Amino acid sequence: MSAARVGVVTFPGTLDDQDAARAVRLAGALAVPLWHADHDLKGVDAVFLPGGFSYGDYLRCGAISRFAPLMGELIPAARAGLPVLGTCNGFQILCEAHLLPGALTRNEGLHYICRDQRLRVETAATAWTTEFAAGQEIVLPIKHGEGRYVADAATLEELEREGRVVFRYLGNPNGSLNDIAGITNESGTVVGLMPHPEHAVEDLTGAPSVDGRGLFTSILKRLVNA
Amino acid sequence: MARVIVDVMLKPEILDPQGQAIARALPRLGFSGVTGVRQGKRFELELDGPADEAALSDVRKMAETLLANTVIEDFSIRVED
Repeated sequence: MSAARVGVVTFPGTLDDQDAARAVRLAGALAVPLWHADHDLKGVDAVFLPGGFSYGDYLRCGAISRFAPLMGELIPAARAGLPVLGTCNGFQILCEAHLLPGALTRNEGLHYICRDQRLRVETAATAWTTEFAAGQEIVLPIKHGEGRYVADAATLEELEREGRVVFRYLGNPNGSLNDIAGITNESGTVVGLMPHPEHAVEDLTGAPSVDGRGLFTSILKRLVNA
Repeated sequence: MARVIVDVMLKPEILDPQGQAIARALPRLGFSGVTGVRQGKRFELELDGPADEAALSDVRKMAETLLANTVIEDFSIRVED
């Protein structure tokens, strides 16, 4: 059987693509580099949009990336069920692309925050969280200046009612509404979160935990069993 | 040739911590009488033709598509005299 193939997208200004690819490989999948200017998803089984400052965060975080040629392929594929994970800038891109509702705005305290963050996994019913237990507390690094999740009252109510809040901050770092750190789409295939699971997969790097592994083992299990 | 101005502002219900920081800085600098500040963006679009109805309709599409994120921002369009 050939290995599951997870695409890792690089835009100009992406920073975390190497860590993302490494996390994918550590979970046992093949990391396939995807380039923003290509029109080709290279037949991958899932896609990881890593963090960074794509297009220098010009205009709004993720606003330019959302129109990259690769996104022209990725957006319809994601709507058709391709699993996609976006962390940090990747989450911002998913919101700008309207694959996830709401938006990420400037942190309440204006400070760029870089620290280890406690979170609660709210649902295991997504493509990327089956290896967690609902209610499980984990620790992942965060590093962002624009991570305050906002959405209108009706959207927030819908996310809560449908169990689509995936990760919630324990000790809200940035003013996110409802302490939201990550959400999913209606089908549970697209997940976005501000924290960085790809930075928490190995003890060797001094990570606060290896809790990030769960997202990658979850998607691998899904792809292998598919 | 015409110049069209697009102003983009965070919706009133969206927190604007940058505006708040500016509002807090003003009294420290000796300016009084300002009760609130909201910060936004201004885009100046140079058109290669007149700012007629068709052109302004295009500008509206540009604003909705790229210049503003209508989830969190409102925009207004005007032609500069």
